Amino acid sequence: MGILLFLLLFPAAMSLVFAVLPPNAFRNTLVRVSALLIAAGSVWLAVAFNGQGYQSFKVEFPHLDMIFFGGEMLLSLFLLYKCIGIKKHEWYIPVLILVQAGIMAYCELSGAMPEVENALYIDSFSIIMALIIGIVGSLISLYAVSYMRDYHHHNPQMKDRQRSFFFIVFFFLSAMFGVVFANNLAWLYLFWEITTLSSFILIGYPKTEEATRNAYRALGLNLLGGLGFACGILYLVKFLGQPTIDLNQILTMGRLDSGLVMIPIVLICFAGIAKSAQLPFSSWLLGAMVAPTPVSALLHSSTMVKAGIFIIIKFAPVLQGTWAGYFLALVGAVTFLITSIIAVTQSNAKRVLAYSTIANLGLIVACAGVGTPQTLWAAVLLTIFHAVSKGLLFLGVGSIEHKIGSRDIEDMGGLIVNRPGLAVVMIVGILGMFLAPFGMLISKWACLEAFVNVKYTPLLAVLLAYGSAPTMFFWTKWLGKIVSVSGDAKKGEGAVPGDEWTALWFLAAATVATAALFPLISWASVSPYVSGLYHVEDAAAGLTQGNIIIMSILLGLMLLMPLAFLAYPKKNKYVSRYLAGANLDQGDSFTGAMGATQHATLRNYYLSGFFSEKKLTVAGIVLSICLIVTMFSVVKI
Amino acid sequence: MKSAIAILAWVILAPIAGGLLAGVDRIITARMQSRVGPPLLQPFYDVLKLFGKQGIVVNAFQNFYMICFLVFVVVTGCLFFSGGDLLLTIFALAVAGVFFALGAFSPNSPYSNIGAERELLQMMAYEPVLIIMAIGMYMVTKSWHVDEIAGFHNLLVGYLPGVFVALLFVLTIKLRKSPFDLSTSHHGHQELVKGATTEFAGPALGVIELAHWYENVLLMGFVYLFFASNWIAAISAVIVTYFLEIFIDNTFARLTWRFTVKSSWIVAGVFGVVNLFVVAFLIK
Repeated sequence: MGILLFLLLFPAAMSLVFAVLPPNAFRNTLVRVSALLIAAGSVWLAVAFNGQGYQSFKVEFPHLDMIFFGGEMLLSLFLLYKCIGIKKHEWYIPVLILVQAGIMAYCELSGAMPEVENALYIDSFSIIMALIIGIVGSLISLYAVSYMRDYHHHNPQMKDRQRSFFFIVFFFLSAMFGVVFANNLAWLYLFWEITTLSSFILIGYPKTEEATRNAYRALGLNLLGGLGFACGILYLVKFLGQPTIDLNQILTMGRLDSGLVMIPIVLICFAGIAKSAQLPFSSWLLGAMVAPTPVSALLHSSTMVKAGIFIIIKFAPVLQGTWAGYFLALVGAVTFLITSIIAVTQSNAKRVLAYSTIANLGLIVACAGVGTPQTLWAAVLLTIFHAVSKGLLFLGVGSIEHKIGSRDIEDMGGLIVNRPGLAVVMIVGILGMFLAPFGMLISKWACLEAFVNVKYTPLLAVLLAYGSAPTMFFWTKWLGKIVSVSGDAKKGEGAVPGDEWTALWFLAAATVATAALFPLISWASVSPYVSGLYHVEDAAAGLTQGNIIIMSILLGLMLLMPLAFLAYPKKNKYVSRYLAGANLDQGDSFTGAMGATQHATLRNYYLSGFFSEKKLTVAGIVLSICLIVTMFSVVKI
Repeated sequence: MKSAIAILAWVILAPIAGGLLAGVDRIITARMQSRVGPPLLQPFYDVLKLFGKQGIVVNAFQNFYMICFLVFVVVTGCLFFSGGDLLLTIFALAVAGVFFALGAFSPNSPYSNIGAERELLQMMAYEPVLIIMAIGMYMVTKSWHVDEIAGFHNLLVGYLPGVFVALLFVLTIKLRKSPFDLSTSHHGHQELVKGATTEFAGPALGVIELAHWYENVLLMGFVYLFFASNWIAAISAVIVTYFLEIFIDNTFARLTWRFTVKSSWIVAGVFGVVNLFVVAFLIK
């Protein structure tokens, strides 16, 4: 349990240190060391507890519940104070804060709040989450050391508030560890609200008008989800025959008779939908990209949105076979389809990544809503693969932006020549997101095989089939831009800082390693977790040994193919590209009709006349609200 | 052992079958246009000649992607003909397609670039149908494995007629036939010069042609699967299908990518998805 408390408290303690230390060499070293310690701590936790199944711990400390309640009230007060900056149309934010604080105060002060014997727990899934938070999260904070320095160098007009930046980042990590270890729902709720608060502050970091408004939108939408969470707790405390806020107990009750706790579970899943930015809440995550890149990487890969799906995946066994679970799955599947199509129309790299995050989380929500052993297995693996690849891609885009001065995909042409290192990590990240035999595709494949067996209709599988097609389109055209070589291409100047390289190469290696070692990950922790919950032999039955061998062969082939360059015939004749005119300077321009010099430039297809972002978003919001309303109305069936 | 023979047969015989198919294609096309047409073995002479030519490239990378394209098409066929997982086969085919598109992107040439974009649009158009086909076959036979699907006791087309129609529709795209030969065409008369393959010459063009032959045989394998319980019916179906494709190729003018994507998705929905729902309700 010592290591558990270390992970919970150490980042928070360090955050206090970073709150006072000015950005200097000593602070940077301290950030690096803390990141290393957190990563090492999470690995140690995994080594110490893996394979031991579920364990819970009693925390001995006087008046701990009152301290947490006090924390909640302080947090609400702080948020209310922050509401000074709101605009007229954001009136709902203080209302939500007050209602939530009121509900929690009512539960606590009416004396009805049940005691929880063991407030903390650990199982295979929380170990996996801890590894994601500990390793990916600390790599991102390591990356932030040099990134934030350059960020303020590039934006001199912006006030350097790095102290509050690193304070919040490390506090965020603590809260995330809290989310995955808390067995007491009241504690979990506080950690949940801290992640909302942290992302609110991080999104508003640039202090521009746009950043401030987006931060408030993120706050408002997440508070709406938080309201669902608070109502869930209220139900558990006031309307349950045997009041309990013990997460493990609720899951046990739900597995015996899902009807009993279905209402609070669906309410908390609603909070999960908001936090994981599913439709109709997706706009907050898209707005969040105004923040510095490490913030986006953090929100998208290891924290925040992962808290949302964490809680939904947690409830998956109870959702299995219920109509509420089915409609939750449909919310996810519809989000997957619509945001995948919208991603085609985007040329801003961070927006493409954001839409792809929402889509992939939709897939995870769909898996969790279905809640069969196979889909749960796929959901956990998707979470792992997505965290690694998406962290890599965001950090890659951040470094590219600092080097080429743009985050537009159209400006990344010829990256393979200009910045071969960055191009390689981006290629690895993109391949990891959609192509066989990398991680995301393995899980997508498992989802598809599992969705067909869902009892009602093949609808989910069909939505997945349609959604996969645009996914391939937008990733490949981005790859195409990176690998295209223009005549005037030459190597770019200025090196990428060491901290950034460390994070990038580590995550790139992890993307390949998770794909190569996924049978091992599955065997060591995901399968035992699923088997333990459902009492089934092997959750990964769909992926037979033969298929795993084939996947390994494919991966080996993919990694060996670059060797083909060694055997490359040198006798090829080089010409400049065909432009249907007389070429000038290595084919960048040509003499066209009437003897005029024409410059040839190329742009990718974005099909914005074919797929409209606005219309699709509106359709998605309407559809998902209908599905959510249906989800609530079928709760008792 | 059986699968080893199947793989060997695929690797060696598929290009021969694909080349002959191309030869027959050219003769029938010629007859439809009141020409005599080339000898049956002309495609082989053409490709052999390509391999004997000097390579001409715009950059050092471009041919690499096309070699990957060929390798992954061959691997896909190995998976399919050795009786592997049908979904994995479709995903591996997508990998091959992605490499082809990257090869076309690489030279940064306007014509091949538009060809690459269109190739991706085509992939977007046909991908749902292929996945729906795999789902349908699974729902009927309860197996994802090609050998078990092929061993099903009845004609699959009887259960999945809608899915078969959807497959026929997108087969035109995949075989690079008019009206859907948007990204590149065998006929050099299109507005994009040679589209995706504009910047490829000599051995690299030979590699692309070889991969295309392999791909065509694989696609005919998909058609075969719908009739697999009766091999005479299956072979006839393949012949009729290919003839139909040649006929369509010669009677339709090229359509736009908008129409291609829209119509493929609608056909996949109306025929494929409806068929899946019917199967879901009838086969419990």
